[in-house]
This record gives sequence, structure tokens and C-alpha cells, in this order.
Amino acid sequence: MEKEQYKQLEQNVTPNPPYFKNVAKAFLVGGLICTIGQAVSLFYMTFFDFTEATVGNPTVATMIFFAMILTGFGLYKKIGQFAGAGSAVPVTGFGNAVISAAIEHRSEGLVLGVGGNLFKLAGSVVLFGVVSAFFIALIKFILVTLGVVSW
Amino acid sequence: MVMTFVFAFFVGGIICAIGQLLMDFGKLTPGHTLSTLVVAGAILAGMGLYEPLINFAGAGATVPITSFGNSLTHGAIVEAEKHGLVGVLTGMFEVTSSGISAAVVFGFIGALIFKPKGNVD
Amino acid sequence: MVIVFQSKPSLIAGGVVAGPLEKRSIFSQHFDATYDDERWQMKTNEQGHRKMVEEACEFAMKKAGVKNKDIDYFMGGDLVNQMTPTNFAARDLDIPFIGLFSACATSISSVIVASLLTEVGASNLALAGASSQHNAVERQFRYPINYGSQKPQTAQWTVTAAGYALVGKHHEEYPSIEAATIGKSVDYGMDDPFHMGAAMAPAAFQTIQSHLEQRNQKIYHYDLILTGDLGQLGIKLLKGMFVESGIKSEELKPLRDAGAEFYGQDETFQSGASGAGCSAAVFFSYVIQQMRAGTYKRVLLVATGALLSPLSFQQGETIPCTAHAIEITMK
Repeated sequence: MEKEQYKQLEQNVTPNPPYFKNVAKAFLVGGLICTIGQAVSLFYMTFFDFTEATVGNPTVATMIFFAMILTGFGLYKKIGQFAGAGSAVPVTGFGNAVISAAIEHRSEGLVLGVGGNLFKLAGSVVLFGVVSAFFIALIKFILVTLGVVSW
Repeated sequence: MVMTFVFAFFVGGIICAIGQLLMDFGKLTPGHTLSTLVVAGAILAGMGLYEPLINFAGAGATVPITSFGNSLTHGAIVEAEKHGLVGVLTGMFEVTSSGISAAVVFGFIGALIFKPKGNVD
Repeated sequence: MVIVFQSKPSLIAGGVVAGPLEKRSIFSQHFDATYDDERWQMKTNEQGHRKMVEEACEFAMKKAGVKNKDIDYFMGGDLVNQMTPTNFAARDLDIPFIGLFSACATSISSVIVASLLTEVGASNLALAGASSQHNAVERQFRYPINYGSQKPQTAQWTVTAAGYALVGKHHEEYPSIEAATIGKSVDYGMDDPFHMGAAMAPAAFQTIQSHLEQRNQKIYHYDLILTGDLGQLGIKLLKGMFVESGIKSEELKPLRDAGAEFYGQDETFQSGASGAGCSAAVFFSYVIQQMRAGTYKRVLLVATGALLSPLSFQQGETIPCTAHAIEITMK
């Protein structure tokens, strides 16, 4: 059988991902996680000295704490299998990527294992976040200097 | 106030749904998807569109990973405004996302108390 | 080239142990033991993996009533790094050893080497087999165990199991190895590590076809042609390839796949089981037992392996695959 012919056969047999179902699940779970985040924000604004502008930081940290608990008990991967991007895209997913790698590599010790592999999965997010922030700020600086836009 | 919850749900849900489309239609791995969204958040911040989104949807905009690109870019731009070209660099060092520090700390604690388990239930 | 064994070495005994999830396997009643602790009470997954190999070998030796010192050779492999679990098991078993890597096709490549050693008179008894431990393999090839990525329907579940067979001189009351085909490394341009069945099916097809041709046989000469871990989609693709080559679909009845059947219809496991331990566990428990009971007289075991590494995937390479086959008969 030729490769092209096989590719055809493979495409006929392989089911497409359930696009609609997957997007709906991602929307629902993602929305739910953000709603929980909103409740956490409200908690910090009501009982602590946070404003709408500053509440993002404690909210994110708390959500990552939740992610640690769920990851440690093996629940986050089950949510992930169900929700896909719904649980990967919120910061809890970023937390899950860091924490699961940390737990996984504990057996190689705290320095070489945990330290060396902590950002194995999430490192790309840090890389592209920082680099794009740098270039966008630089572009904006140039545009402002040229008088195209203002701050 | 109830409306903030509704907006948080919808905006957060839509950002995640976009992520799912990138994975299923774009055939991207989770790593590629998240990197793309972070860059998208940074671009929106550069155009000054992300802060209004946070005012509108609260956690719906701060919880998705796009906010990470926003907070870094926002920090760099604020410093650039104050200190010019040097600020572009120093801004990013001053305003890292709390997400990173939290993930590092909880990753360390998690590694100390949990073990990887393969059971599906 | 097909290898025909004049002396017809026999599979004297099989030893199979498996992990906690494998209790759910439809083959679990044929295993010698299933354990509740996926780490076998050891500190790391890799140590548990090693322990599993040792226990499977112990079971095979116990059944045949022999000890380590009676075994001439130990042939086997796994999927972790430089096969340290098997290498370390060999240290504790204290038997002359060669580690073999054919990914998930190692269960059969090791039996082929053991049979050749028996054929030339170098070995009276040799242990041959393969194993995989879910946690240790997943972290190596994919993501950390607790990472929440969504696996597609095409994905397969790496089993926690070790299967070892004792290959000895011909005995009529045991299943005997008549012939073997060593597969080529076949690449049909598939590149999705979450769709291994599609990558491996062409390799299985080529090996089976070449074996049948050179042995002058047809599919109906066999009671069972059992592939290793193509999964539910892979076996469909393999059958599809046979149909397109002009064989009627009702003639394909003897064609089954251990990976597709392993966990039954449980959707948790998507397209079914995979891993070097999958074919080894089914071949060296269920198949040997069924042959000794007289259910099957002539069987072709085809272990399939995807020869990728995390590195090759990240560098954008396609996935070459192989399949090795042995033809076993029972008087």
C-alpha cells in the first residue's frame, strides 16, 4: 500500500475530535474557574485591604494554591481530561504544569529533580510572556517617541 | 456585583473556548496553545485593551493565562513611561506576575508532600 | 527472510505480573499476580518497574521448577531511559544478559533471540520478555502523571505489566516456535505520538504479509493472529490494509489485537492499551494457557513497536515502527 493511500485510510478511520462538545466543555469549566476566581477576589476585597486594581495578585496566588491541592490528589488531570483548555488556560493550569512537574521529579531530589524540572512544561509560557512584554513595550516606546501614539 | 460574576464566567469561558479551538482545530499542543495566548494577552495590553477587559470582567480576565502577558507588558510600559528606554527592561523585573512566584512556592511544597499516582480513579 | 526453527524451541512457562489498574483487564484472570501498589512498595516508579520484572521471571521459573542458576540467558527490555529497570533486574537475577530494545515489540524480539540461542544449542533455558510501568513510561514519553492534558480518543494507555517466557528445548506438551519474522523499520509518515496505532499498523501489515508469503500460508491457516498494541483504531487500520490488498473481511476473523481488547470497552483508556508490557502480558499468559488447553493450534504473535523518542518527536521527526512475529504451534 502506498503512503498516500494509507493516509487516506487513516483519515477515514480516525474520528475527528468532538469539536463542539470540547469547546462547550472548555467554556463551561473555564467560565466556572473564573467565577470561583471572582469569588476569591471578592473575598479579598471584602475582608482585606485590596482594591479592584490590586486584587489580581492574591487571587492568582490563591487559585494556584487550589491547583496544588487538586494536582497532588490526582484530580486536576481528571478535570483536564474532561475540560481540555477549560482547565489548561486559567492560571490554575499554569500552576498544574509547574506543580505536576515538581511532584514528578521529586524522586531525583530537590536540586536536580524539582529545581531542574520545575518549568519543564510551563517555561515556554514564562519565556513568551517576558519576551513579548519586552518587545511590545519597546515598540510602544518607539511609537511614542515618534509621536505616533501617546502613553 | 452579581453581573461581575456573570461577566467573569462568560469572558473567562470564551478565552478558554478559544484555547480549545487552538488545540482541536489548530492541532496545537497545550504548551503551544498557552504560549500563543500569553503573547495575545501581551499584544492586547500593548494596545491598551486588556485593562478595560479586567474592569469589565474581573477574574474573567485576571485568571486566564492571557493576564500573565498583560501584567508583564503593563509593568514594562508603565516603567517605560517613567524612565524611557531603561524602563522597558527594569519594568519587567519589578512587575512579575504573582502567578510565577505562587507556582514556584506551591510547586516546591507540593513536591514535598505529594507523590505521582497513575490511578485513573 | 523468515527464520524456520528446525528444533522447534518450546515456551516452557510464562510469568506475568501486573499493576492495580490491570485488575480491570479482561485478561487479568490469566495473570499470575496483580498488585495494589503500582510501585511494588519501592520508593520510585523505576524501582517498582525493576521489581515487577524480577517477579515475572520468578513466576516463570517457579512454574518450570527451576532456579536462576539453571537459566542460561536473560533477554528483555523496557522503555525507560537506557532500559535501567531491566538492566537492574538482570543484576539481581544474576543471569547472562543482553538488553534488547524494539520498543513495544521487545516481547517478541527477545523470544526470537532466545529461540536462536536454543536452536544453535547455546541455551537450554532462557528467559525472554518485556515490561512497562505506566508512571515511569508516561513521564518519559509524554507529560508528568499529574499534568492535566486532554488525551484524544486516539490515545492509548501504557499498561503496568511484565511478561516473561521461559524458552527451552522442544517438548511436545508445550507450545513450540516453528518460525519467526524479524520486521523492518517502517515509516508511513505518521507523526502524532497520541495516535500510535496508526503509526504501527503498516509495520504489522508488512510483517504479517511477509511471514505468510514466505511460509506459503493464508490467514485461515491460523486460529489466531494476535498483534501487540495497535489499539482499537490501529487494528481497524490493519484490517483496512488487508481488505485493500484484496482479502475479504470475513477471512480476517483470526486477526485480533491485545491492546484493543486489554481493558475491554472502558472509555477511560481511549483507544486501548499499549506499552511493552501489554503484548508480553497477554502473549505469555492468555495465549500460552489457551494453547496448552488446546483452544488454539497455530498462532502468529505479532508484537508492534513505535520507535520514537521524546527528542525525535520534538525535533519534528515522523514515527518509524516495527513488528516482529513468531509462529507457535501446539500438537
